[in-house]
Amino acid sequence: MTAHEQHIAFTVGGQPHAVFASPGARLSEVLRDHLGLKSVKVGCDAGDCGACTVLVDGRQHCACLIPVAQISGCNVETLETAEPDLRSRLQKAFLAHGAAQCGICTPGVMMAAMELLQITPLPTEAQVETALSGVLCRCTGYRKIVTAVVATNRTLPDSVRPLPGASVGARLPRLDGQPKVDGSEIFGADYAPEGTLLIRAVRSPHFHADFVLGDVTAWAAARSGIVAVMTSADIAGVNAFGVIPPLADQPALAECTVRYLGEPVALVVGDAARVEALDLGDFPVTWSPRPHVLTEAEAGGAQAPQLHAHRPENTLIRGRVVSGAPQEALRASAHRVTGEFRTAYVEHAYIEPEAGVGWLEGDTLVIQACTQAPVMDRDDTARVLGLPPERVRIIPAAAGGGFGAKLDLSVQPLIGLAVLKTKRPCRMVFSRNESMRSSTKRHPGTMTATIGADEQGKITGMTFHGDFNTGSYASWGPTVATRVPVHACGPYKTPNYRATSRAIHTHGPTAGAFRGFGVPQAAICQEMLYDELAEKCALDRLEFRKRNALVDGDTTPCGQKLDAVGIKECLDALQPHWHRAGKDAASFNAGSDDRKRGVGIASCWYGCGNTALPNPSTIRLGITPAGALRLHQGATDIGQGANTVIAQIAADALGVAIHRVEIVGPDTGMTPDCGKTSASRHTFITGRAAEAAGRALRAEILRLTNLSEAAQIIVAPGEVRVTEGRSSRTVTLSDLDVDAFGYALRAEETYDPPTTALDEDGQGTPYAVYGYGAQMAEVEVDLKLGTTRVLRITAAHDLGRAINPLLAEGQIEGGIAQGLGLALMEEFIPGRTENLHDYLIPTIGDMPEVVSILVEKPDPEGPMGAKGLGEHVLIPTAPAILNAIRHASGARITNPPALPHRVLAALRERS
Amino acid sequence: MTHPAKYLRPSDVQHALQALKQNDLTIAAGCTDLFPATERKILPGDILDVTGVSELRGIRMSDAGLWIGATTTWRDIVEADLPAALAGLQLAAREVGALQIQNRGTIAGNLCNASPAADGVPPLLTLDAEVVLSSLRGTRQVPLRDFIVGPRRVMRDADELLTHVFIPRAALSGRGAFLKLGARKYLVISIVMVAARVEVVEGAVTAAALSVGACGPVATRLPDLEGELIGHPPSGHVVTQEKVAAVLAPTSDIRADVAYRIHSATELLRRVLDDLGTQVDQAA
Repeated sequence: MTAHEQHIAFTVGGQPHAVFASPGARLSEVLRDHLGLKSVKVGCDAGDCGACTVLVDGRQHCACLIPVAQISGCNVETLETAEPDLRSRLQKAFLAHGAAQCGICTPGVMMAAMELLQITPLPTEAQVETALSGVLCRCTGYRKIVTAVVATNRTLPDSVRPLPGASVGARLPRLDGQPKVDGSEIFGADYAPEGTLLIRAVRSPHFHADFVLGDVTAWAAARSGIVAVMTSADIAGVNAFGVIPPLADQPALAECTVRYLGEPVALVVGDAARVEALDLGDFPVTWSPRPHVLTEAEAGGAQAPQLHAHRPENTLIRGRVVSGAPQEALRASAHRVTGEFRTAYVEHAYIEPEAGVGWLEGDTLVIQACTQAPVMDRDDTARVLGLPPERVRIIPAAAGGGFGAKLDLSVQPLIGLAVLKTKRPCRMVFSRNESMRSSTKRHPGTMTATIGADEQGKITGMTFHGDFNTGSYASWGPTVATRVPVHACGPYKTPNYRATSRAIHTHGPTAGAFRGFGVPQAAICQEMLYDELAEKCALDRLEFRKRNALVDGDTTPCGQKLDAVGIKECLDALQPHWHRAGKDAASFNAGSDDRKRGVGIASCWYGCGNTALPNPSTIRLGITPAGALRLHQGATDIGQGANTVIAQIAADALGVAIHRVEIVGPDTGMTPDCGKTSASRHTFITGRAAEAAGRALRAEILRLTNLSEAAQIIVAPGEVRVTEGRSSRTVTLSDLDVDAFGYALRAEETYDPPTTALDEDGQGTPYAVYGYGAQMAEVEVDLKLGTTRVLRITAAHDLGRAINPLLAEGQIEGGIAQGLGLALMEEFIPGRTENLHDYLIPTIGDMPEVVSILVEKPDPEGPMGAKGLGEHVLIPTAPAILNAIRHASGARITNPPALPHRVLAALRERS
Repeated sequence: MTHPAKYLRPSDVQHALQALKQNDLTIAAGCTDLFPATERKILPGDILDVTGVSELRGIRMSDAGLWIGATTTWRDIVEADLPAALAGLQLAAREVGALQIQNRGTIAGNLCNASPAADGVPPLLTLDAEVVLSSLRGTRQVPLRDFIVGPRRVMRDADELLTHVFIPRAALSGRGAFLKLGARKYLVISIVMVAARVEVVEGAVTAAALSVGACGPVATRLPDLEGELIGHPPSGHVVTQEKVAAVLAPTSDIRADVAYRIHSATELLRRVLDDLGTQVDQAA
């Protein structure tokens, strides 16, 4: 039981308040639930993430760590209630500098900044880093946050207002930014109708066990506040979901066997306060633990415990790309290198744990939850619940980070079950532990490769095999298994090639999509071997890469002839930096014995969109009789910027001012399907649909006014004015018929990239557009302690056309932060690191300066030449850092992360 | 489920001690360890919140030595004007979590929580710190080295309240230092940490205290090495891996293995002593 509620009086932003609350309640809950101050975000309930940072008497605190009794007589400030003048300047700086992406950490970051700026109005970067060191951000890579805070009281940002039809290329602040910087953004946990019930899951304490449920009814009856208990017996549809329908295998609630630690077996639904207080440890379930396997090495044989009867040797799928005669080519090569590399489970560690709410509207089930894939959520949830898809409506809540793991269902089918059973609004909010146990991870991989080169340093051939731990259920395992062989050679001409992969089930967490779908792991293998091969060829490491870089007209191992290949341009852009960095490191090392600096380089290429599968996007653009221009934008913006980039493309294609565009959705009830936020596809694919829709609407307006392509279009209240030279025509919108969508004028266009299926040797056209990039890392290694400090990353990325350079830089910096984590600190250990103090992601103090170079080699298939960027930016970072560590110290790290003890062990091995 | 839980927040020590005598209570202050230990939205159990006792917070000097109140926060320690002997404690305070944790976490909480990786313990060991334990039965002072007996285990009786940390005057001389090693810059649990305090007269060490944390169930002093420093300028050259390994009992965990912990403790001890040597030179 909890203590009696008491009246506790304090002020919020100087205004007196009294709450009636349990004295030991977390202040974060009291501020959110009693006072409606939802800017206070809950990311961990442990003081690890800082998302709930508020000021108490001017000092920053994690509100999740304060019993509300301690606030009696104090003044609390949240983002909503903070000092308005400073807050306004800070908001403007955050928007202008692109310091907010998904926005979940933004209120906490801003409150920490408020504490600093109230005492130190003109802080240095170092002061900002210290002041903000307790707030984790997973999107931005922190650099733009530092810039914004430093600039807040120094310069007033210019407002960016591009001319009509000329927004593409402008450093336009994100159009959906204001709610992120004022705390009003609605994330998955931020909305619940009055009287909403709370759902909690009973989860497996074992990696692998059979179970029998006891007298659930009696258990529930003995406790007050429980409205329903649900088990797999309550599932009316197909109790197997999955992002790839033919392989769907994951039960919403396990039926008699659990296959991972934390798998849900039952739901308890009821009055929020009483269900929250329940001890689920005495839920009547009898577990019979069975042997489990957690690594691809243990699980891959016939003798290992098998997870799915129809997948022998735990093999979910194999992938394969073969061209030329690799064995012969390698045998005949002047130089050869071989290596084995192992990577760990990596956690997405978005700051927002999965959360959502559902309710009934008539007989339609509405679910508002964080997601990257609303239409897939709708169809898969409907299937589990036994409903037709049209009876499920998905409204994506703002996603507080996703990075791939919010492509899979999480709370959606569970909320649906509870709402259908109780007929009342129900919500579910994962704890940090639940989130980390049940969400997907980056695949651990064991990869071996051999690469050969001739006397001139030209690649002759490569063989690669990767075993990937795909965890307990299918998820995106097949995508990783097919993407990796296509990409494992890197953006280099590889005439003879055999790459194979295997996705192996284990009782670890399900491995799914994580920014790059296995390609970052494969790039570590290939790019580290390239450094060794360059040495064997006695070539400078950058020169070696330039010599082998793909160029226009080259053919990939899939037999696809490429054009618009920008890797050479990226490597060329790094050349002066490479020269300078090499000299800097040498001169530092001449004067230092214990600390050594080094430089590393690595490249990436990455196909945008689904691999050899259709993945269309549809964009609707309409003008209402009142003259509102609405963009139905179904591409879920999880912080990466689709709401802005897609609007820019549509506005320019139509030829109107960007600020005229109103964004609708995403919402499966209001927006056509734009597919999922994955595979770096929206700028390219949804962008193409937006471009087509903009052009179609423009053509329709020009047809009505009989003016030419050169005309200017102005959408105004009640009318559209079109001028060309001295001719001017007006379309009076009320004269036009209103269509079924409520528009006087409307265009709707679909784009699906031209790809082909791959044959059994992986030959075909897996992607219509590729993006390219190369990054250079400068590091300092402490030879005595094995610690690594990244000093600078210089990143050149060919994105075809920079639709929005400000957001593109944000993607680069954020991807680099995740790549740095992959290289240096991130290792998810099932059952051991399900929190944000044992699982480490980079803090503000770990991120180096980033120099971004945007290379624009237009792709004829991309909208206005644009290519994807979101995943590309992460791929080169880890191998560049690992190569730099080797260059600095000689330590060859083949099992990242390069934790200090591993670096030291590698140094010893060498000497 | 029989009675509502207690949440007591007295404003003086006497009432706190009475409450402790009558009930089995969890003592709460900054809650930076209590809240992370639960997923509940409300602190579970019967709670004695001592943050309302104003006399427990603050730092006070007397003829006998320095008294640090139980609920003094790390931020209080960072911002206090303290003798150079406490420089190591102040450096440690800056490395506890990040500012949000430093604004809440208290010195007594750090000691009573008794994590093997508690940042405050190594510097306090070099200061010969004692804890003051009060109950209605009376007050006793226990050396810190005897107070923490194992991970999460301290010699506090259920009716006792740790009211102060006491640093004897003799330990307030000299100069302190602290180094922490973790896998990232902020918000990090130590792989290894070391603290040192040396007194130097005419360039030679006259008294030395060294300690290592996160390398065993409890942080520990290194008396043999301390002895070897006497009579020489402060320098890390006397520190060897064998001497360090003889004192420590680290385990392997997700942060590092045993060999690395011994190795890095050795290296950090050398560095902290070399740093102190440089500081002494500069002061002279």
